[in-house]
Amino acid sequence: MAQQIFAYIVHNEGVADDTTLEMVAAAKKIDPDVSLTGIVVGSGDSINALCDEAAASYKEVWKIDNEALSYPNAEVIRGLLVRIIPKGSILLVPNNTFGMDLAPGLSIKLDAAYLSDAVDIEGIEDGKLNSIRQEYSGQVSTHMQCDIANGVVVSVRPGVFKADESKSAGGSVVDKTAAALEGGLPGGMRRYLEVVEAEAGDVDITKSEILVSVGRGIEDEDNIDIVNELAESMGGDVSCSRPIVDAKWLEKARQVGTSGQTVKPKVYMALGISGSFQHLGGIKGSPYMVAINKNQKAPIFQVADVGVVTDILEFIPELSEKINEVKG
Amino acid sequence: MEILVCVKRVPDSSENEIEVNSSGTDIDRGDLVYSVNEWDNYAVEEAIQIRDNVGGCVTVASVGDEDSEEVLRREMAMGADKGILLSDEAFAGSDGKGIASILKAEIEKGKYDLIFTGAQADDGSSQVGGMLAAMLDLPYASLVNKIEVIDDKKLKIGREIEGGNQELSEIDLPCVLSIQTGINEPRYVGIRGIRKVASLEIPVKGAADLGFSPDSIGEKGAIAKRTNYFVPELGEGAEILEGSTEEIIDKLIELLKSQGGIK
Repeated sequence: MAQQIFAYIVHNEGVADDTTLEMVAAAKKIDPDVSLTGIVVGSGDSINALCDEAAASYKEVWKIDNEALSYPNAEVIRGLLVRIIPKGSILLVPNNTFGMDLAPGLSIKLDAAYLSDAVDIEGIEDGKLNSIRQEYSGQVSTHMQCDIANGVVVSVRPGVFKADESKSAGGSVVDKTAAALEGGLPGGMRRYLEVVEAEAGDVDITKSEILVSVGRGIEDEDNIDIVNELAESMGGDVSCSRPIVDAKWLEKARQVGTSGQTVKPKVYMALGISGSFQHLGGIKGSPYMVAINKNQKAPIFQVADVGVVTDILEFIPELSEKINEVKG
Repeated sequence: MEILVCVKRVPDSSENEIEVNSSGTDIDRGDLVYSVNEWDNYAVEEAIQIRDNVGGCVTVASVGDEDSEEVLRREMAMGADKGILLSDEAFAGSDGKGIASILKAEIEKGKYDLIFTGAQADDGSSQVGGMLAAMLDLPYASLVNKIEVIDDKKLKIGREIEGGNQELSEIDLPCVLSIQTGINEPRYVGIRGIRKVASLEIPVKGAADLGFSPDSIGEKGAIAKRTNYFVPELGEGAEILEGSTEEIIDKLIELLKSQGGIK
């Protein structure tokens, strides 16, 4: 018998995450005729509607509903899933901040293998699951092969599988709350308190039409000035990638990426930014992208429209000067 | 507070262009500059700050070959009190679960209140911290970007979540935390600092010391394996502007104007 395939459905107070239908597409890459089971954990009425909605795309939707589960604490949810997922199963989990918290430990508790951050899946052959992941911020990829005789947990990169909109599963919702909570609520050693919202900055880069974004290639805090000057000449705003915020050279509110802001400018200048998927994940709406980087292998050149292979420290001041000249 | 920090020696991808070797079996390691994994460095800094506040001892441990000793020594120059190198030919080719098993065996020989890993590594899968916690049956949190010691039984921690928000929790000790960059500002380590710790002994432990049979660990024990490396082709890629700097700038300005990139 083929192994049972599950996918964890991430939601925000009952609103399905984009990954909900991406997991369906990923599961079909494992088995085109998959009979996929989705798992929804949450609390109250909001998840009932979500379960019904998911049943259009999943053959079965397993619901775990308890008021103590209104916030997704991975330590608690891992304990619940171990009780209900049969040994030897395949489980897909989105590789977001929740999935990263849940999945590696879950693979141990299920005594299953673990494949992280899959960007493609090539199916099962001779009892082995073949997938692709990226290393070194996307500079190289690897084929991964994994013996799944004891099951496998696969964390799947959000945004890489095209959402499966067929909604042809005609599935049903199964309440698994009793089985999952038998023995009480697990994971009590990490107790959720609250979410602190990101502080607003002096510029709202989510509204900017032109973003001049700077990364590690700027090398030194003092060099940020040349980026400010370029942004001023273009009439745009300065944003940045994560290392610049880690170094405290610019405020967190200017960070583009999955752990920062999601922006949708018309033009995006990526200066000394390698182009990790976490950074690219924060850029929406297909802006016209210019990449300037001295490393011609930087992944940013694969997604940009136009590129210049050069040292930004020398190039940017000349570019600003010329723009100012042209504008008169 | 007894703190163990797991660190790893990796090719520094901000210093190197990573390329695939001619047979596709690995990256080309010919001229690579190696350093401590960036995330691990933040973890060591955090451990040192906690020790300086509440007392205790910071131990850094690494699974790797003999070259990993230089990384341990660097972190000891930062302020870690002890180093342990977990090294054996039998460990080569371990998958994440294998690395976590090796670390677990060492951790169980000591008594630690707090165990840190980096949240990820450039050549890794963001998996060892979570696996280690599950193997040790300890509470775990990933992507930790804030730690406040409440007392000797618990911490208040922040996790980085989507949109720049932060999730706050309370977690019981002992626990395993994977540390995100930006949690602190790691101190600078100079040549002089490294010289100071040059003569400190770093014990090396192998498979037998940790109770592994050579067949159970390393490549032989690995379930998830890399079969080859390749360079991904994502779409058409950028049109690369060529010519003199002046020609490139003129062309770029023309393109930017046409796309509304100059106001």
